[in-house]
Amino acid sequence: MMMKNLTALISGVVFGVGLTVAEMTNPQKVRSFLDILGNWDPSLAFVMGGALVLTFLGYKVITKRAKPVFDVCFHIPQGRHIDKRLVLGAVFFGIGWGLVGLCPGPALAAITLGGTDVYIFLTAFIAGMLVFDLTPLKK
Amino acid sequence: MENFTPISALIGGLIIGLSALLLMMFNGRIAGISGIFSGTVFADAGDRLWRVAFVLGLIAGPVVYTMVMGVQPNFVMTDNKGLIIAGGLLVGFGTRLGSGCTSGHGVCGLSRLSVRSLVAVLTFMFAGMVTVAIMNMMMGG
Repeated sequence: MMMKNLTALISGVVFGVGLTVAEMTNPQKVRSFLDILGNWDPSLAFVMGGALVLTFLGYKVITKRAKPVFDVCFHIPQGRHIDKRLVLGAVFFGIGWGLVGLCPGPALAAITLGGTDVYIFLTAFIAGMLVFDLTPLKK
Repeated sequence: MENFTPISALIGGLIIGLSALLLMMFNGRIAGISGIFSGTVFADAGDRLWRVAFVLGLIAGPVVYTMVMGVQPNFVMTDNKGLIIAGGLLVGFGTRLGSGCTSGHGVCGLSRLSVRSLVAVLTFMFAGMVTVAIMNMMMGG
């Protein structure tokens, strides 16, 4: 029980360090990836590429195990169908991402970097989540 | 493309991948930040603490980086409060409605060759690019 929390903590630190090394905690850097018609910076594609290759190969090996080390089973999303919720949600998320340059991981990681404006963003972010989680929109 | 940093981007990406593998190997979980974060409140009681631990680690990441490397990471963001609030609301609501963000759909979903995640990633990247292009046009850039 305790070990599971410790490995989650370590995984979180590693994730935060990775975001920082890749400069994905800097909204300006992220927005310059989205600026394909302007002064385009493809760095974010390399971040995703590096993460994808390693995760693709590693998942193949890990999920051959009967179960993870500290849980009784793997919790893999089983959703298959592409519906309006998925696409509409991605559109909303993409617009917000483009407006400011922060997505959930970097927004949390930037708490110690961005001062008041990051607190304002996170407050709005949590409010947006609550609109979904506390209303009938959540199935 | 003078700001292009392929090496640090690739190394950072590999570190993020390592994090995703640790979380799957030990906890059997997808490293999707929007899902982990919303679950710190809405998941079942016994399913919350590891999520809080992960988020605290994520927040500590840049602090650890600064201690090891001796430099504070750059952070440049709009100071327009209206944009910041609108952006936060859209990111929060959109990631819940669409069941994931850059990490859950982008890294973990694509790694599982999920078509659902591919559709989400292409959609939010396109929406983000259109948004930035429109903003640049409106600001005469």
